[in-house]
Amino acid sequence: MSSIDEKTVRKVAKLARLALPEERVKPMADELNGIMTWIEQLNEVDIEGVEPMTSAVEGLSLPMRDDAVTDGDDPERVLKNAPKSEDGFFVVPKVVE
Amino acid sequence: MSDLTSLTLADALDGMENKRFSSAELTDAFLAAIEQANPHLNAFVVVTADKARAQAAESDKRRAAGKAGALEGAPLGIKDLFCTEGVRTTACSRILGEFTPTYESTVSANLFRDGAVMLGKLNMDEFAMGSSNETSCFGDVVNPWRRGNEDTKLTPGGSSGGSASAVAAELCLGATATDTGGSIRQPAAFTGTVGIKPTYGRCSRWGIVAFASSLDQAGPIAKTVEDAAMLLQSMAGHDPKDSTSLPADLPNFRAACSRSIKGMTIGVPEEYRMEGMPQEIEDLWQQGIAWAKDAGASIKPISLKHTKYALPAYYIVAPAEASSNLARYDGMRYGARVAGKDLNATYEQTRAKGFGAEVQRRVLIGTYVLSAGYYDAYYLRAQKVRQRIAQDFRDAFEDVDAILTPATPSAAFGLGEKSGDPVAMYLNDIFTVTANLTGLPALALPTGLDKQGLPLGLQVIGKALDEESVFAVSAALEKAAHFRAKPAKWWA
Repeated sequence: MSSIDEKTVRKVAKLARLALPEERVKPMADELNGIMTWIEQLNEVDIEGVEPMTSAVEGLSLPMRDDAVTDGDDPERVLKNAPKSEDGFFVVPKVVE
Repeated sequence: MSDLTSLTLADALDGMENKRFSSAELTDAFLAAIEQANPHLNAFVVVTADKARAQAAESDKRRAAGKAGALEGAPLGIKDLFCTEGVRTTACSRILGEFTPTYESTVSANLFRDGAVMLGKLNMDEFAMGSSNETSCFGDVVNPWRRGNEDTKLTPGGSSGGSASAVAAELCLGATATDTGGSIRQPAAFTGTVGIKPTYGRCSRWGIVAFASSLDQAGPIAKTVEDAAMLLQSMAGHDPKDSTSLPADLPNFRAACSRSIKGMTIGVPEEYRMEGMPQEIEDLWQQGIAWAKDAGASIKPISLKHTKYALPAYYIVAPAEASSNLARYDGMRYGARVAGKDLNATYEQTRAKGFGAEVQRRVLIGTYVLSAGYYDAYYLRAQKVRQRIAQDFRDAFEDVDAILTPATPSAAFGLGEKSGDPVAMYLNDIFTVTANLTGLPALALPTGLDKQGLPLGLQVIGKALDEESVFAVSAALEKAAHFRAKPAKWWA
């Protein structure tokens, strides 16, 4: 596995939609490398033929509910915490140029 | 009535039932204690005095009418990770701004259904990411315990540091908390309180701000094992609004606390004897083993051979799930928005200003391990290692009824002592994190003091859905340890 260089940090920050000031890129690469190096010890574990764990409790299937409307028609509650709203809509930055 | 705050939950409920005092009086006593202590401890980030008094008045009426619930009139603190209707909920992150939910989390709603009174919202690490309560946007929480006569400020642990500090300092009868890698049990151990993380799915996650969905589980922090059992009884239960909520009947947890452990077999895992672990922790563990034997249990050495890989696996799984969960904080529908030159810049600025350093670090790790080309090498491998760890426990539980370990590798440390080294901080959860990865119930309880006078705790891990054995063993150890130490109220 490769170590994390500054280019990777910039790319990952972009993917995560996190503005990372240029002076933080190098320190962040060092911090992430410190953590990832410690994590590399997982390579010692024999995982041949092991099923990945996807649920903490065995033998339970995901329950299904009726495809029915149980909630809604309450725009005031939905918009209550909006940073910006108008006439029952969220106001967001322009997306299409 | 100044000592009302020193009562256990069980005794306070008895006191109200026998009309020695009302919920209104009890609530006022706690509000006064909070006013005095909170400037020093920073355990509460919101105090809901008016709401608490109104709830207490209603509660006293219900009790007078013979309609008392299981927790009628009991003043509690609620961790700021639980959405509370009409009361600011921020997960102690700037990105949620002044977010005020229009709904109540299932766990807090269950407590109110049973008559509980809410004193306020408790401080925590930002989005529950931390082991020292130093990542909160509202500042550090201070542990009421001190080393001897020193006035060095110690961490109450994290992420439920506010919950633990408030219970230890007698600012509430009990508190809600959550545990993703040890965030109930490590703070409980650092503050001389009792904390249980039940089986994954016992408590609904609905209305709890998500960190790592396959690991997050709510539970109480309380003064005694019995109090923890009573609180969990109310908090837990099936909830159709959380698809991972277990459709299983709730046993009587309080009754399990008085069950004999005679004839039970308790496992002691060799791998929990860590290199460099202080002798005091080893001694505490041996003492716990001796107490369990005295109570009639037999002890069996067991092997959980993948233990050392639990934390590294956790630091892939938890950040991966967190990076996905935290993608919702885009500044569009709620929380604080920071405008940029275009939409992407608005997202990036909002998240850069809103998330603290540790949260940013984990979002980047999570994004990295899930990014194209790395999924198999990291996330998939970690989920397979997790299966290995779960298999170790399944094998061990063929032969034992419960497992006894230390709760933490050290007593509470000073604020700032470990904040510069992420990996050293992560190692705090070395004994607790396996129960999250496996979904098993685990409880931490105080059983002694170190030579500096700080509390130390043991952990009892049970089979899935067998909290009853966990409570039985814990109550037996609590009885033997007779832990009665309390921190001096240096702020009073």
